[in-house]
Amino acid sequence: MDVLLSILTGLLYAAGLYLLLHKGMMKMIIGIMMLGYASNLFLFLVAKLTRGVPALIPSAADTIEVPFADPVPQALILTAIVIGFGIQAFAIVLLKRVYLSTRTANMDDLNTTDKLDD
Amino acid sequence: MEYNQLILSSVLLLPLIAAILNLFLWGNSRAQRWVGNLFVVLHLVVSALVLKQTVAHSMIVLNVGDWLHGYGIMLAVDALSAGMIAMASLLALLAWFYSYEWFTSESVKALFNVVYFFLLMGLTGAFMAADLFNLYVWFEVLLVSSFVLFTLGGKKAQLEGTLKYVAINVFSSTIFLAGIGVIYGLTGTVNMAAAGIALDSLGQSSLANVAAVFFLVSFGIKAAVFPLFFWLPATYHTAPIGISSLVVALMTKVGVYVLIRFFTIVFPISENEVFRVVFMLIAAFTMVVGVFGAAAQSDFRKILSFHIVSQIGYMIMGLAIGTPLAIAGALFFLLHNVLVKTNLFFISGLVNRVAGSYSLKQLGGVLTQFPLLALVFAISAFALTGVPPLTGFWGKFILAKAGFMAGDWEIVTVSLAVSLITLFSMTKIWNQVFWKPLPQGSSFSVSTFSQMAKSYPSMVLVVLCLTVIILGVSFFPNQFIEYAERAAQYVVNRTDYINAVLNR
Repeated sequence: MDVLLSILTGLLYAAGLYLLLHKGMMKMIIGIMMLGYASNLFLFLVAKLTRGVPALIPSAADTIEVPFADPVPQALILTAIVIGFGIQAFAIVLLKRVYLSTRTANMDDLNTTDKLDD
Repeated sequence: MEYNQLILSSVLLLPLIAAILNLFLWGNSRAQRWVGNLFVVLHLVVSALVLKQTVAHSMIVLNVGDWLHGYGIMLAVDALSAGMIAMASLLALLAWFYSYEWFTSESVKALFNVVYFFLLMGLTGAFMAADLFNLYVWFEVLLVSSFVLFTLGGKKAQLEGTLKYVAINVFSSTIFLAGIGVIYGLTGTVNMAAAGIALDSLGQSSLANVAAVFFLVSFGIKAAVFPLFFWLPATYHTAPIGISSLVVALMTKVGVYVLIRFFTIVFPISENEVFRVVFMLIAAFTMVVGVFGAAAQSDFRKILSFHIVSQIGYMIMGLAIGTPLAIAGALFFLLHNVLVKTNLFFISGLVNRVAGSYSLKQLGGVLTQFPLLALVFAISAFALTGVPPLTGFWGKFILAKAGFMAGDWEIVTVSLAVSLITLFSMTKIWNQVFWKPLPQGSSFSVSTFSQMAKSYPSMVLVVLCLTVIILGVSFFPNQFIEYAERAAQYVVNRTDYINAVLNR
């Protein structure tokens, strides 16, 4: 499972970065989303993945035995997912506004703010 | 609840309350304005109280939810945080009154009056977060609010600039999150103090270095250091000026603040020669590239935007030298930079209002028409370059002294050379905007300073106030330098901070 998820994380990072650098605006947004997912999975993996052992203390015991599934990274990821969702929603609306005002979906055309005025 | 905890939570909650009240007052921008006026003043008063209490107790900790220390969400304010909060609060107050006369559309005003306070809450929260994940959350609050504020008005250049700003910031946030993951995997905590101890006991771990690089890249992007600064000159000058001055002045400084916090408490670079060299190089290149970029521009705000990059280099230089004196220098420089830079942006906005342009080609004649405005600009510009006895001089003097004492004369040489080029680019603005006669085809909308003050009373008042504050800090720098030294001592000798947070 760990190996599979690691490969998936790597693929998501690679695909996300590729799309982020693409000149199509829509692809950039998808790239941003993929990078977010990659980071969430990365956080999950690096904080050690444990399957099938929920962090519940058995009624007969006072403390929990290791190994157990750590709830903290799950809480962190949930928060990160929600925040990511908000930002993606904003980015999509922004993209639409940019498209409506510039009539282009090509990132290479959005360089007016970088030009030296002469 | 004790008094300390009460003021600490209210400094965070006041902007939230203001934002919610203003949401209910949507459409009634007059009432929103008054709520805003009340709450920016209250916020400044309470942050002054926090500052006072931190001076008395050296540190205030609020353990939200009463979990074991180091496990739950914690808010911790030491001298550094309290200073940053007070500074942010002062700036927020000035920028609030400055933007009084900026927007004309009712719907834009309504949105501005709400989102402005979310931004202020994000800023305050980021400065007092004691754990990395909490910091991430506050940063996102800050970022989303700044995205909205940047697009207010919806001009083409603004939207373009914001799209780049959103993309680069989301990218940097994912790196930040990955860095938090590595820290948690290594130490089992996201609390900065606890992670600092745990990383110490791990010794030289290559994974810890990976985490440090993640943080360096992520906050390097946010602080706009070389070679990660390209988004800044492409975006900052597009925003409405009241916003860009607040966000510009503070956003990059939050990045610097986190770099200082992380690389002293969690991962002290003073013990790591490789990172120290990397920071030195970053500082040197940031200063040089930023100032050359500024010298090449011909738009009032673009010159100022590039200068921000250059000035960030000085703060990173302080962090790289790493002695308490150097960090104190960096902090004093930070204060100086925020005040002076904001004032320059405010002045550029005022010039734009009366002359209708930011382009150096189309501007001119301000000196003969509005000598007082020219004087105010000259004071700020001289302060920025570091002419004694103005604020920039004290900041650069402490940094140079600390650099020589630590034997890092190379970086000091670079920083002093950069000052000269800063002077050059400021004379460029001076020549083009203030000295040269008004070009054919351009005209001023008002003809005397008193008319300008009548048309834009709060903008003029804010610029004058800020100039007085700059002069005050320039002529009485002692308290500020002492305070910066205190704050620096506290972060460099991190045991006090760690013990206070973990209640040991």
